[in-house]
Amino acid sequence: MPKSIEELKITAKRIRREIIEMIGAAKSGHPGGSLSAVEIVVELYFNRLRIDPKNPKWVDRDRFILSKGHAAPVLYAAMAEAGYADTPLDQLNTLRKLGSVYQGHPDMRFIPSLEASTGSLGEGLSLALGMGIAARLDGRASRTYAMMGDGEVQEGQIWEAAMAGAFHKLDNVVAIVDYNRIQLDGFVHDIMEVAPLAEKWRAFGWHTIEIDGHDFAAIEKAFDEAEATKGKPTCIVAHTIKGKGVSFMENNPKFHGTAPTADEVKLALQELQ
Amino acid sequence: MAAKTKFEIKLGAATREAFGRVLVELGRENKDIVVCDADLSKSTMTVYFAKEFPERFVSLGIAEANMTAVGAGLALADKIPFVSSFSAFAMNKGFEQLRVCAAYPFVNLKVVGTHSGISIGEDGPSQMSIEEIGLACSLPGFVVISPADEAATKALVRAAAAHVGPVFIRTGRPKAPTVYGGDQRFEIGKAIEVAAGRDVTIIANGLLVAQALLAADVLEGEGISARVVDMHTAKPLDRETIARAAAETRAIVVAEEHLVDGGLGVRVAQVVAETRPCAMEFVGIRNTYAESGQPDELMDKYGLVARDVAAAARRVVGRKS
Repeated sequence: MPKSIEELKITAKRIRREIIEMIGAAKSGHPGGSLSAVEIVVELYFNRLRIDPKNPKWVDRDRFILSKGHAAPVLYAAMAEAGYADTPLDQLNTLRKLGSVYQGHPDMRFIPSLEASTGSLGEGLSLALGMGIAARLDGRASRTYAMMGDGEVQEGQIWEAAMAGAFHKLDNVVAIVDYNRIQLDGFVHDIMEVAPLAEKWRAFGWHTIEIDGHDFAAIEKAFDEAEATKGKPTCIVAHTIKGKGVSFMENNPKFHGTAPTADEVKLALQELQ
Repeated sequence: MAAKTKFEIKLGAATREAFGRVLVELGRENKDIVVCDADLSKSTMTVYFAKEFPERFVSLGIAEANMTAVGAGLALADKIPFVSSFSAFAMNKGFEQLRVCAAYPFVNLKVVGTHSGISIGEDGPSQMSIEEIGLACSLPGFVVISPADEAATKALVRAAAAHVGPVFIRTGRPKAPTVYGGDQRFEIGKAIEVAAGRDVTIIANGLLVAQALLAADVLEGEGISARVVDMHTAKPLDRETIARAAAETRAIVVAEEHLVDGGLGVRVAQVVAETRPCAMEFVGIRNTYAESGQPDELMDKYGLVARDVAAAARRVVGRKS
């Protein structure tokens, strides 16, 4: 059953609150890039991916790889809400603590339902290509989505993968760039400019769609278009706002990798009522 | 246990050639075998697989980091991927991906490096991999194999395909002397005593196994009885065979076509130190890079022939307490 945009918005807000609570409790983590990715991750887990959380290793499932692994909280919250047995909702606030399944970056040893262990930037798209090749060899309809950060595409391996994805015509793979324009050290254009991003992906042979990454209707339309595109992979360049949903975190480089204080958690949760 | 008959060099196929041939056999037996290569298939010999199974051969261009991670993705989707390049590139350019995409999540990826060591000859040091046993063995969970000849390679590549977990296999460019007859069995992690002996044990891998056997014959003529052990698996080490050699012969030489730093020798020495400490000597490349030349000239110049193994054995026997 497709979800209405209103339902997805409610889920997105709940996940934003969980992100703030988790990172606040952990006293470390990456709120900005988790919040910028919420709508896309919510659309994937609650409206798009053919998955069965009760049967996480279902061979024909779609797969999602969070290549920007530092945004783990958004993935953990989404998987917990989706009902995977190895991502308990009541343990989200153990994030980053010894013995928690909610490791600092996604770790398959602790959460077998994850599709990959990520955290070292630049690698998730290559993993997705391997999964896409495997699905094609097996004649499975399963699709693989990999979400990268905009800073992440500074890694050379991304462009090796971009060449390979187009060369092998992997139309069952979707790359998503969370283009929030901020990386750890500051604004992307001050650290290492990646623009013009959509043009780069097009030049590498990908069907490329630019959207507002917080607009559910646009996200759905882009994923539909990706699914209808044959003979080449699709890249969705999603324009987003780092820290989206919390006024003092929005577009603030400080909240790339800094946890909110207890007072800031309170303020943020008030805004996310 | 082999009888002490004089060892003669009879060249068999190169270990990379054996790898390429057995890969085709594996491809016929198992449709989940997929091969990735980075524009070196005519040298790594994955070209045989590519010809017979073009749909299961993934050309990834000169981009080893991506290739290694694509291989990991294939494994995560239940394929048995073999990714191959020269060892120098497979290990060094893909090391980060071996660490994060294969070792850490314990992915069923098989990596085969060819053109290992200095015996590649004329191409010189940029193509000569002399660090990769140390690098591969540093990765938790990895199996690391350095086969001596054609038969060993075919059997151990098969064992690697059957093993669940990441594996690195080191193969070479030149034709390799035949060490094994057709009835030898190979098991990951189980060393093979290829010559019996009492006074010293020579532990070797790769091309140095044949050199160790030649050295043992020379030593025999001098009244030194040398045991020769093919330690084809550098990780996990056959601790029992090492401890027994240390206890019984009280002198060990480790010989390898690799840097002494981080090589098989230091790994064996750790086991000796932990079990039955005894005198040891090391034959390998010492803190340097080699150069262009013919393979035989290079092995001679850099101290990796029977003469050097025998000299190390005499030294270590002289140091026995």
